[in-house]
Amino acid sequence: MNEILRGVAEAVRLIATGDPALREIVLLSLRVSGTALLLSTVTGVPLGALLGLSRFSGRRLVTAVLYTGMGFPPVVVGLSVYLMLSRSGPLGQLDWPLVPTLFAPAAMVIAQSIISFPLVAGFTMAAVMGVDPQLRRQIESLGATRVQNALTVLSEARVGVLVSIIAGFGSIISEVGAVMMVGGNIEHRTRVLTTAIVLETRKGNFDLAMAMGAILLSLAFLTNLAVLLFQGRMFDR
Amino acid sequence: MSEPVYRLQEVTKDYDGRRVLQVDHLDIFQGEILALVGPSGAGKSTLLRMLNFLEPPTSGQIRFLDSEFGPGRPAPLPLRRKVTTVFQRPMLLNRSVWANVIYGLRLRGHSNSAHLVQATLEQMRLEDLSRQRARTLSGGEAQRVALARAMILRPEVLLLDEPTANLDPYNVGLIEENVKRLNRELGATLVLVTHNVFQARRMAHRVALLLEGRLVEVNQVDAFFQSPRDPRTAAFVRGEMVY
Repeated sequence: MNEILRGVAEAVRLIATGDPALREIVLLSLRVSGTALLLSTVTGVPLGALLGLSRFSGRRLVTAVLYTGMGFPPVVVGLSVYLMLSRSGPLGQLDWPLVPTLFAPAAMVIAQSIISFPLVAGFTMAAVMGVDPQLRRQIESLGATRVQNALTVLSEARVGVLVSIIAGFGSIISEVGAVMMVGGNIEHRTRVLTTAIVLETRKGNFDLAMAMGAILLSLAFLTNLAVLLFQGRMFDR
Repeated sequence: MSEPVYRLQEVTKDYDGRRVLQVDHLDIFQGEILALVGPSGAGKSTLLRMLNFLEPPTSGQIRFLDSEFGPGRPAPLPLRRKVTTVFQRPMLLNRSVWANVIYGLRLRGHSNSAHLVQATLEQMRLEDLSRQRARTLSGGEAQRVALARAMILRPEVLLLDEPTANLDPYNVGLIEENVKRLNRELGATLVLVTHNVFQARRMAHRVALLLEGRLVEVNQVDAFFQSPRDPRTAAFVRGEMVY
């Protein structure tokens, strides 16, 4: 109990003093997870909409793969990305400038994108399928093109789509296995909040670990709050 | 009689191999109000969906204006936009009344239509509700919004699928009045699906009876009710047909 209280006090102190090391870690965490979420949103939302709105051969197979992906253990994703990007891996040995190297933020972004993408796409698909088919028919009857129809349905399913993005964010801001494996927890380079918490715990610095845990929770809370406020401002009109 | 807007020839519709509609021939004329009556499951709504090009026929041809459509030949967008449907359930978007009414215009790229929206809202006596979220409306108000959303498009053909089912007399009167005005003042062609034979009699120029997916009789409204050609029509008009 004492560790928890001291951790919270330490968190307040670190934030109040603007600790530069902490700021660096927080900013990298947000940059990596934010970029990964952006990538998974711009690919996952359209795929989810496509799966929810259309029928084509292979749709069930794609859906099954997506559902399986929703349960991917981050450490397995990290291992897969590690093997792909390592010097002897299929992508690593290409030595192309666009292929990120291991132990760099870009590799962490790729791993986190793979973790969050199935969640964003899968929950978007479910949200879109939840829109009344009769409403889709009404939209078509009012003269919508297929793209206009899809955008209107996405707008009607906006709460579910936002939940999919929040779920995607939650899955990556808090994961440690993948970023540890492909990032390596290198100080000033790939250290993010979760890997720093693991490190400080191993060193016995429970106050600092708790402080960063509290900051991580606060970040997740504030991000979700911001999304919900955005939802209210944008859509409750 | 004016030119037919629609000409249906040998049109059929099957679902999972089961034939639900077979119309050998049907003309729907410019500027008329045609009521489709018949028991549930007779194929009225299926026919309406095909007239709105929401579903293609399984076989046969639908001639709309100067173009022909059939299986594998969907209607192009400009022609589709000449027709719209008001369904039995209002099916409003989760937005304000105003946003619902302007929705179809925005699809067509008309963003500066505030005056038209205002006039339509006043016509449907919805002006006090314009900022209200559509999903908080009563059934009658919601159906008036659905009708306003369709009417503002000035469609050449308006299809109405039981638009006043379960509504109170005030809303029924208001909707019927505005539908008739659309027909009278703008010359819109209306096809009205209704279970209510009294409404068919009040509204329609011609009435068509559908039974088990087939057209039994299409006749002028007075003849349909007073001197029907087919004994099944006579039974339906007398209310002897149980459904």
